Amino acid sequence: AQRLLAVLLLLQPAAAVWPRPQVQRSPPGGGRCLLPPARFRFGHAAGSAVGPGCTVLEAAFQRYRALLFAAGRPTGEAGGGAAGGAGALFLWGTHVEKETVCGFPAGLETFSQLVGRDQNGTYYINKTEIVDFPRFPHRGLLLDTSRHYLPLRAILETLDVMAYNKFNVFHWHIVDDPSFPYESSTFPELSKQGAFNAMSHVYTAGDVRTVVEHARLCGIRVIVEFDTPGHTLSWGPGAPGLLTPCYSGKHPSGTYGPINPILNSTYQFVTSLFQEVSSVFPDFFLHLGGDEVDFTCWKSNPEIHAFMKQMGFGEDYRKLESFYIQRLLDIVSSLGKGSILWQEVFDNGVKLRPDSIIHVWKSSKPYMDEMADVTKAGYQALLSTPWYLNRISYGQDWMAAYQVEPLKFEGSAKQKDLVIGGEACMWGEYVDVTNLTPRLWPRAGAVAERLWSNASVRSLQDAYVRLAAFRCQLLGRGVQAQPLYVGYCENEFGGF
Amino acid sequence: MGRAVGLAGLLVGFFLVSAVLVSTSLRHGAPRAEPGPESAEWEDASGSGPEDSLWPLPQWVRTSRHQLQLAPDRFQLLHGAGSSAGPACGLLQDAFRRYYEYMFGQSRWRKRSRGPLGDRAAPELLQLQVVIESQHSGCHSYPHLGSSEAYHLTVTEPVAVLKADEVWGALRGLETFSQLVHEDDYGSFLVNETEIDDFPRFAHRGILLDSSRHYLPVKSILTNLDAMAFNKFNVLHWHIVDDQSFPYQSIYFPELSDKGAYSYNHIYTPSDVRLVIEYARLRGIRVIPEFDTPGHTQSWGKGQKDLLTPCYDEEQPTGSFGPVNPILNTTYDFMTKFFKEISSVFPDAYIHLGGDEVNFNCWKSNPDVKEFMKKQGFGTDYAKLESYYIQKILDIVSSYNKGYMVWQEVFDNKAQLKPDTVVQVWMENNYAHELSSVTGAGFTAILAAPWYLDYISYGQDWKKYHSVEPLNFPGSEKQKKLLIGGEACLWGEFVDATNLTPRLWPRASAVGERLWSSSNVTDLEDAYKRLTNHRCRMLRRGISAEPVFVGYCAHEARG
Repeated sequence: AQRLLAVLLLLQPAAAVWPRPQVQRSPPGGGRCLLPPARFRFGHAAGSAVGPGCTVLEAAFQRYRALLFAAGRPTGEAGGGAAGGAGALFLWGTHVEKETVCGFPAGLETFSQLVGRDQNGTYYINKTEIVDFPRFPHRGLLLDTSRHYLPLRAILETLDVMAYNKFNVFHWHIVDDPSFPYESSTFPELSKQGAFNAMSHVYTAGDVRTVVEHARLCGIRVIVEFDTPGHTLSWGPGAPGLLTPCYSGKHPSGTYGPINPILNSTYQFVTSLFQEVSSVFPDFFLHLGGDEVDFTCWKSNPEIHAFMKQMGFGEDYRKLESFYIQRLLDIVSSLGKGSILWQEVFDNGVKLRPDSIIHVWKSSKPYMDEMADVTKAGYQALLSTPWYLNRISYGQDWMAAYQVEPLKFEGSAKQKDLVIGGEACMWGEYVDVTNLTPRLWPRAGAVAERLWSNASVRSLQDAYVRLAAFRCQLLGRGVQAQPLYVGYCENEFGGF
Repeated sequence: MGRAVGLAGLLVGFFLVSAVLVSTSLRHGAPRAEPGPESAEWEDASGSGPEDSLWPLPQWVRTSRHQLQLAPDRFQLLHGAGSSAGPACGLLQDAFRRYYEYMFGQSRWRKRSRGPLGDRAAPELLQLQVVIESQHSGCHSYPHLGSSEAYHLTVTEPVAVLKADEVWGALRGLETFSQLVHEDDYGSFLVNETEIDDFPRFAHRGILLDSSRHYLPVKSILTNLDAMAFNKFNVLHWHIVDDQSFPYQSIYFPELSDKGAYSYNHIYTPSDVRLVIEYARLRGIRVIPEFDTPGHTQSWGKGQKDLLTPCYDEEQPTGSFGPVNPILNTTYDFMTKFFKEISSVFPDAYIHLGGDEVNFNCWKSNPDVKEFMKKQGFGTDYAKLESYYIQKILDIVSSYNKGYMVWQEVFDNKAQLKPDTVVQVWMENNYAHELSSVTGAGFTAILAAPWYLDYISYGQDWKKYHSVEPLNFPGSEKQKKLLIGGEACLWGEFVDATNLTPRLWPRASAVGERLWSSSNVTDLEDAYKRLTNHRCRMLRRGISAEPVFVGYCAHEARG
C-alpha cells in the first residue's frame, strides 16, 4: 500500500503544485468552478473504501477547510463574488482509491494548492485532473532536539509544513551528547540529570503522544532515534555505570566515552529502555544510530583491553563496536521492531538482519558509491548526504539539493529498488526555535519534490517558479518560510 | 554530527548567577586580571560574574563582590540632582520605563511570596540616578556624528549614579546598567557594586538594512532598532530603494512608489518614516537614508518617465533602461526637488548617495550619451561621465546643508568631494589598501567590507567579524583618526521579515563590540561566554537571536 492514487477530478488550471504531481492535466475546454465557503465541503465519494469514521480523513477535511478559506489568502472585497452562487459547483469527493489505507491526506494538500482566489475575493478552482503517487516511500525530515531543545509547538508546526510538502517520516533525533530531553518512565533520571533543564527542557510522555498523534493525522510516521553507543554523553549522569570510564595512564580521568559494551548491566539497561521506547513509538522502525564512535576512550580503558583480548578482537575496536551493535540489534528485533542504522554500522561489517535499513550520510567517500555498496549487499538504503540542510551557504542552495538524483549510481534495477527514499537533516548545533523554520523552509521543499515527484521533474526554472509560489502559500498559512530570492508575496505579513 | 565542545561552560547560564562571589576585578578593556592575594574567595575563574554578560565590553570596569538587591516594587530610575534633564525629558522618561521593563518586566507576574528584602541580609539598591552634565542635554534633538555617548556609572549602596554629558551617553549607560542586573535562583534581582567608565571607540556604528530586495515591515525595522540599542549601535543605514522596488512614498513624486513598489502594501508612508526616525532617536540611533544613484535605480524608472537612460541595440532603443540619464537637465530638476524632500524628511546631517556599481554598457549604447561625451571631452572614459553626474548630485545635496556618504567607487572614480564626505569602503578585495587611499586623500571613511552579514556560512562566523581590526591599514595617526567607524550590512537578496532577526543577531553583535570596545578586546573565549549570555538576554527581551552554538537559555524564545 505504498502507492497512493488520489484522483482529483476537478475543474481547470494547472496551478503550480509543489511537489509536482505525477500527472496533471486540464481537460479540453478548461473551465472554472467556484467554491462558496459557506457551502463547500469535503465528503466521501460513493465507492470509497473509507467513509465517515476515518479519523485521519475527518481531521484532514477540517484542517484543509480552514486552510482554504482562512488565514492570509489575498483578500478582495469582503463577501463579494459568490452572491447567488449560480453556477457554483458543489464539489465533493476526493476520490481515494481502494488501496489507500485510511491514511495519507496528500490529495487534499494538492487540492488546496489548486484553489485560487480572484480579485473579488471569490474562491475558485480550475478544472484539473491529477493522478499522483510518490516516487519513494520514505520521505523524511530529521530534527535534532538535543543540541538545542525545540519546544513542542515548533515540532508540531514542522509536522504541518511537512504535510504541505508531502513528507511522510519525522526522524526524531531526540537525544545526543549535549542533552537528554526524553522523559523516560523506566529511567526518569536520564532526563532529570541529562536534560538542559529537567522541568522546562523535556518531552513528557504526553508531549510524545501529542507528536505521534499529530503526525499520524498528517500522514506522517515518527521514527525516533536513540543513538548508541557514541553520542551518549548526556545519558551518563542519569545512568551510572552505563558509559565507559576513560583512563589517563593508570587512572580513570573522570571523563566518559561511549556506552560500555563489556558489561552485562549495559545490555539489561538497553533492553529495558528500548522496551519502553518500542511501546511509546508505534512505528515499526527504530533508528539505532551507530555513527561516529570514537575509540580513544575504549582504548584507554584496561578492562576493555582485557575484554578485547578475551574475545580475540586484537586491536580492532570496530569489532568491539560490532559486538555491541550486534547485541543491540538482537534486542530490538526481539521487541518486534525493525532497525535503521547510520552507514558506519554497515561499513564496519556488522551482521545485519535483512530488513535493516542503512542510512547514508557521510561525504568522505562519494555517497553514490556507498549507495551502490549498501544495495549490492542487499540492504535497503536511505540517502541524506546531500541533504544536510543545517549546512548553510550564501545563495540559492536549494538548487543543489534539488538536482540530486538518488538513483544515479552503478547498480542493477534490483539495487535501485532497494533505495526507499531519503531524509533532509536539520542538525541542531546552530539551530533552535529562533531560526528553525526559515532555515528549513522552503529549502527542505527541494528535497520533498525530489523524493515525491517523477525523476524527470528536474527543470530548475520551473521549480523556481513553483517553489516561490509555494513559499508564498506557506506564508499565507502562517509559516515563516524564508525567501528564495528577491521579490514579494501578496500575503506576506498575515501569518506572523 | 559534530560533538558538543565546552559543554560545561555552556551550562553556566547567565540567569543561574547565584551567590557566586566574584572578587574585585579590574577590566580595562582586557580579560579579567589575575586573581589577587585573596584569590581563595574566587569560586570559579570561569564562573558567572555579572560582567560575564556585558556586551559590548565597556572600556573600563571595576566590579566588587559586594552584592546589592533590587526590589522591583521600590527600585526607581530617576533624574539626579544637578542634571540638566528633568521629567520634561521624554526621551529619558521613555528610556527609564523601557529599562525597568527589561530588568524586571518578565518577572512581575510572579507572586512575591518572599518576605521583605533582607532575608539574605543583602543591602539594597534603591535608585539609579541619571545626571546629564552638559547644559544641552540633547533631550529634544537628534543624535549626530559628534554626539557624546560617554558615560560614567557607579553602583554603590544605596544609590547608583549614571553620569553623562548628553542623553546619548545616558542611554548607553542605562543599557550597561541593565546588563549588570541579574536574577538569582530565588528570583531576587542582584547587582554587584561596580564602577564603569565607558565611551565608544568609533563614532559611527551602523547596521545597513535593505528594504528594496525585500520589503521589511515597519515592525521588523523597529524590532531591529531595539536590538541595535542592546548592542550600542547608533546608525541605521536605511538602503530604502534599489533596482527591485521603490517602497519610499515620496510626497513630491508619489508615482515613484505607486509604480515602483512591489504593491500598494509594500510602501513606507511619510508617517511610517517619521515613526522609524523617532523610534530610532529615542534609542540614540541616527537614521541615514540611502538613495543610491545613478545605478541601482531600475525601480525609479517606472514612476518617473525619462529619468533612466534608454539602452540601444545598434540604432534602435531596446526598450530597456540603464542608470539615471546624466545628460538631461530634467534629470537634475527632478533630483533637486527630490533631494529637497529627502533633506527635510530625514533630519540627519548625512544622506547616503550611493554611487556604487554603475554599469556603463547602456550609456555606451546610447547615441545621445555618446554625443554628450564628445561634447564634454570625456573621450570614452565613462567614469568621467559618472563623476559628472555625481558631482552635480553632490552640489544639489550640499545646497540643502547636508553632508553625504558615498560608496567607495565615487572616490575611486575621482569625483570632487567635499572635505566632510564620508566614503564607505565595501569591496572585500584589499580593503585595507582602500582605507589607506581614502584616508590618505584626507577623507573620512567607514568600513563595511568585512561585515557583509548577508554572506552566510556554516559555523561560528561571528568570530571572523569580531577578529577584524579596522585600523589595521597602512597610514599615519592622522589617517587612522579619519576612520570613524563601520557598518554591518544585511543586504536583502535572501532576507525578509521571516529570517531577518535570527540572521542578523547575534552575528552583528560581534561587529557592535569591535566598534565600541577597546581594540584589545580580542579574547574569543571570553567573548564567546559573554555573547552567549548576551544572546539569551536578547531572547528574553523579545529578539529572536539565533544560537551561537549548542546549549540553551533559561528563558528561551517562544516557539
